[in-house]
Amino acid sequence: MQKSLFLALAGVTGIAVTATAWAQNAPGGNAANGKMLFEHVGCYQCHGFAGQGGAAGPKLVPALEFEPFALQLRMPRQLMPPYSPQALSDQQVADIHAFVKSLPGPVNRANVPLLQ
Amino acid sequence: MSKPEAKKVDRRKFLAGVAVVGAAAVTADSARAAVLPNGQIAPVAPSALRPSTLMAQVDNGVHAPPAALGTHAGLTQGRPGSDYMLDVIKSLNIDYVVTNPASSCRGLHDSIVTYGDNKKPELITAMHEESATAMAHGYFKASGKPMIALCHGTVGLQHAAMAVYNAWCDRAPVIMMIGNSLDATQRRPGVPTTHSVQDPGSLIRDFTKWDDQPTSLGHFGESMVRAYRIALTPPYEPVLIVMDEDLQEKGFAADAFPVIPKFVMPTAAAGDPNGVREAARMLVAAENPVIVADRAARSQNGVNLLVQLAELLQATVIDQGGRMNFPNLHPLYARGGGPIATADVVLGLELTDFFGTVNNFTDSAEVTQGPRVKPGTKLISIGMGDVYIRANYQDFQRYQPVDIAIGADAEATLPMLVEYVKAEITAARRAVIDKRGQAAAAAFANSADRMRTDAAGGAWNATPISTARLSAELWAAIKNEDWALVARDQSVSFWPHRMWNFSKYHQYIGHSGGAGVGYGLPAAVGGALAHKANGRLAVNIQPDGDCMYAPGALWTAAHHNIPLLTVMHNNRAYHQETMHLQRMATWRERRVDRWKIGTTIENPNMNFAKLAESMGVVGIGPIENPNDLAPALKRALEVVKSGEPVLVDVVAQPR
Repeated sequence: MQKSLFLALAGVTGIAVTATAWAQNAPGGNAANGKMLFEHVGCYQCHGFAGQGGAAGPKLVPALEFEPFALQLRMPRQLMPPYSPQALSDQQVADIHAFVKSLPGPVNRANVPLLQ
Repeated sequence: MSKPEAKKVDRRKFLAGVAVVGAAAVTADSARAAVLPNGQIAPVAPSALRPSTLMAQVDNGVHAPPAALGTHAGLTQGRPGSDYMLDVIKSLNIDYVVTNPASSCRGLHDSIVTYGDNKKPELITAMHEESATAMAHGYFKASGKPMIALCHGTVGLQHAAMAVYNAWCDRAPVIMMIGNSLDATQRRPGVPTTHSVQDPGSLIRDFTKWDDQPTSLGHFGESMVRAYRIALTPPYEPVLIVMDEDLQEKGFAADAFPVIPKFVMPTAAAGDPNGVREAARMLVAAENPVIVADRAARSQNGVNLLVQLAELLQATVIDQGGRMNFPNLHPLYARGGGPIATADVVLGLELTDFFGTVNNFTDSAEVTQGPRVKPGTKLISIGMGDVYIRANYQDFQRYQPVDIAIGADAEATLPMLVEYVKAEITAARRAVIDKRGQAAAAAFANSADRMRTDAAGGAWNATPISTARLSAELWAAIKNEDWALVARDQSVSFWPHRMWNFSKYHQYIGHSGGAGVGYGLPAAVGGALAHKANGRLAVNIQPDGDCMYAPGALWTAAHHNIPLLTVMHNNRAYHQETMHLQRMATWRERRVDRWKIGTTIENPNMNFAKLAESMGVVGIGPIENPNDLAPALKRALEVVKSGEPVLVDVVAQPR
């Protein structure tokens, strides 16, 4: 599903070949550095410190796979601004992705009386 | 008439001059030194001191005026004109006048607190004219009754102007009253003259419905009652009455007060029957009609009528939240604007922005825009936007072509529309409509389930506290009370509208209208004042940046014993601006780590509990652990139930 999302996004933007080639060479990510970047760059301002989302930006968990994640970051849909390689290197994107992947999912709402 | 003594100084004007300048000893002594022993005024060079009444008299060679008429020199002879002004205000059944005290309004101020015994209207002290106006704005939306915002001329109205614009955009009938001195020969020199103006209304005329500067008591009576009636004729809007200082302060013979003109509550304009019938046909024939409401409901009756219409059509309702239009737990309530994309007929009720409702506009380096609706979608507009509009300020938004445009008040038109819809529905259409309703109910149930899943997202136990957790804990604390939210919930991602149960008109106050920051806290205090009379629990979710525009509103709440539960959404930033800065940097491929400069409210962090305490409001917090929220709110509820305001400072996620 995430692959198809990527293809759909790529179809819209017309950059499928370039982005796929870039994504295949994606470096491994460092979640700790990604956490620092997530806060330093200000991702949390729209997506929340835990990637929970809100009125200003969608939730990030469960995380997209790297390709659609990176594509959204480089050539975003809707209101999110584009983060070019000058703004965030490929390695930094990978680090942020690793952090987002490490975020815990929702608590079991069955155990939360306020959400019954 | 005895010859005036050169040294004699009119006591009232002397005091006024001293009070304004604040340098009593210097000005008085200097002025006396300019009087020659023979009683003549010595020619003096222009003073380097700030002007006062005394200095100006000396500079201009003007003697102090003779004693007032009658035997009691210096006293007002007869009844002051401001007593009549108060009589007129009383005839309009106005409960409160909110003011930041102003010398240009001193006549009326005195009449309110002495002649009127400070009862109906009662004077409410605000710490800024902008706050006073926002309080009147919030008060109207919670009570349905206008409040007077009494401001100083010129500088006071300049302070109030932004809040007047908010009220204008939000269709709130704030009654603005200011003082001004028309007669240059009678006004006090110095600051009082600096604060006088030929045409005070020009400052806010682009965003008020009507203004006047009466020159006689009879003129005042007519204009005040006219202004009140105009303000309360939908579309509700602010009005301005300028009170001449002399007219306030001059004495009149006991029988000289004019008759107070009669006020009759105006009715709203309903739509043309032909247009409404055509709209009904279009809606009934639609496969997927969607109703969008912004400031459609003006009362509980408006809510009930909208529910009736939606259920007749089984049409989804998008409530844009300008007012409480539609119950958020109704199966036809849309969580978000998504249904627009699949609609074949859109009925817009008092929309501020029909264009933005049916079009996309992406804020990017290369702007993209286009329709959100599918081709062929029919659009129907019912609202007063085309009936009453001004040219300068752009709150009327982009022009949106529609298929049927009904220039009328939505709430007044709904009864007719409901009847025409009933008449148009055949048995065959009934079956289609019922099927549509079943689908809508299923979609609503799914969205409610998604809401709970989203709320339980990874931040449920996080610090800073998630806005979902904040809203859930607050709901748990208040849901068994007779509550009313006197704030907008956008900053907390609309969680209250996703979680809570809004079913009554008074339970939601809408938003500022003009998005002028500094509205939230004073409007909440005004709303809470309105709810106090009904014993309702007023709840304010307060953004931190907005709070710091007008923190003095907390003092007003404490001073007047206005019970208000304020829960700070303390995200330590002007959040929206952080996003704009990020956008600029990324578009320009510049450093993306500089967005905090000029946009955050940290280092040092604000302690809103201490801020509240400093103004006599019970302060709790800062609360950073989500598990501390419930006990904090429990304690806060005890305070507010005792009749006092309370503030809980919650350090929370950005949105």
